[in-house]
Amino acid sequence: MSKRDLVVIGAGPAGMAAAAMAADLGLTVAVLDEQPRAGGQIYRDVDRVPKGRGRILGKDYTDGASLTAGLRHDRIDHVAGAVVWAIEDGFCISYTKDGRGAQVTAERIVLATGALERPMPIPGWTLPGVMTAGAGQILLKQSGILARNAVLVGSGPLLYLLAAQMVRAGTPPLAMVETQTRRDLIGAARHLGGALRGWRYLLKGLGLLAEITRARVPRYTGAQNLRIEGTDRAKAVTFSARGTSHRIACNTVFLHHGVVPNTQAARSVGVVHDWDAGQACFAPRLDQWGGNSVAGLFIVGDGAGIGGARAAELAGRLAALKVAEELGRLSSAERDRKAEPIRSALYGELAARPFLDAAYPPCSETLLPADSTVICRCEEVTAGDIRHYAKLGCLGPNQTKAFGRAGMGPCQGRYCGLTVTALLADANGQTPDATGYYRIRPPLKPVTLGELASMEHVAPDAAE
Amino acid sequence: MKPVSPFLELDDTPRAEVTFDGAPLRLPEGANLAAALLAAGIDVFRNTPVSGAPRGPFCMMGACFDCLVEIDGVVRQACMIEVSPGLQIHRPHAQEADDVQA
Repeated sequence: MSKRDLVVIGAGPAGMAAAAMAADLGLTVAVLDEQPRAGGQIYRDVDRVPKGRGRILGKDYTDGASLTAGLRHDRIDHVAGAVVWAIEDGFCISYTKDGRGAQVTAERIVLATGALERPMPIPGWTLPGVMTAGAGQILLKQSGILARNAVLVGSGPLLYLLAAQMVRAGTPPLAMVETQTRRDLIGAARHLGGALRGWRYLLKGLGLLAEITRARVPRYTGAQNLRIEGTDRAKAVTFSARGTSHRIACNTVFLHHGVVPNTQAARSVGVVHDWDAGQACFAPRLDQWGGNSVAGLFIVGDGAGIGGARAAELAGRLAALKVAEELGRLSSAERDRKAEPIRSALYGELAARPFLDAAYPPCSETLLPADSTVICRCEEVTAGDIRHYAKLGCLGPNQTKAFGRAGMGPCQGRYCGLTVTALLADANGQTPDATGYYRIRPPLKPVTLGELASMEHVAPDAAE
Repeated sequence: MKPVSPFLELDDTPRAEVTFDGAPLRLPEGANLAAALLAAGIDVFRNTPVSGAPRGPFCMMGACFDCLVEIDGVVRQACMIEVSPGLQIHRPHAQEADDVQA
């Protein structure tokens, strides 16, 4: 079994930056990442993107190549296509690559597992042709494919970014069906100070909106009663806006109302999480280095709380400094001296975030969906089922598994967990913190017996 | 007859011969399999084991498990596989989809 000073899980901006800085400080590093090439979702396939596609995606995307370059380092072993399924004390990390199980041990771990799309359960969201806006971006970045007749539904900067990229590619969306309201924007004004400090983000957002408007893409705001029609695939989006009902026929629907931390790996090792009311999601309880209730493990990037790619990169560097200091490669004074400019940059990166969170809040009708809406895609459990379980005395998400298998399908709760917590909290008159979240156990991703049997150099205690 | 794709492909790349439920397809070699199938006009990848409802790719990042297909008897996420020549891809049968393997 191989040994490293540091194992980084995830090769997005946070993971790549943490690995590069740790290696520069003399540590041996392995970066385990599920994808065939480094970049995470934000810089997906940045190293092999053709020029024309790079222009459509924009400079913020192509700039990611400077981070992937940082992984090409003598002391970094970038293990691509590695699906991590267990993290055990010590630390011992088990993963599958090319159909074979493998393990690596590490003195320290940096978890950089990024974000997931916030679940957006509306009627029809399980139909083929309905995808997340993130999926739309991935299709464009990695494969250069674009939906010809798409409607974008939800809210937030990513929706505008995808729309603008579609405009540049010559396949503008048929419409933007936006759920944020004028009242949200007025409410967000109290965060204007921070927004002005983070003016670059605002300017970018206005630029994207200008591109969308110039292309005459119809925009509807304050949209409600969202529904996707279709039997075998998505055929149309229906909604109401300003008292009028609308129906837009389409082939593809991209849903988005923010992203949330992917907490699966952190929860599997028992990291304490708290409800973040501002971002309406759970986030790990962290110190200023990404440290938490599990000694020796650090959490950075969007998995630590949504801050975006640049903030993720900076947080990755901070964690690397702390790891290097703990392993004796850096004095605490040197660590703090190197951390200071990174911290002040991070402060600037996060300045606009409270404004954005308030101006583009999650779509409320999807946080507590109508009874007939499927909320657990895998096991096809509806919101009404969860409310019924609550009436029968179900207090927390782990009990819902016994009542009706919610969260027990292959996605392991990734796309229903927050909805189940919200529905139970609402039905039982409890806070999300008191309601809690699914207990996440290894294997974090399915493993075949064949993959286990082909595992080499198994640690004695893992072979029981 | 080749289904009409709701997707536009920006680049023309060398193709590999594969089959989907027995029908021949030419997909871009080395491409993401889920994306390549979508671009080829295939939208229903499987039917769910619970109700038989049709499903296709949703997240494209290995998290949702909706793009499951069967290759060499193993049910896998199409969005985590790259296209290679000779792939024989099948819609997983309901009872097998319940016994998922990545």
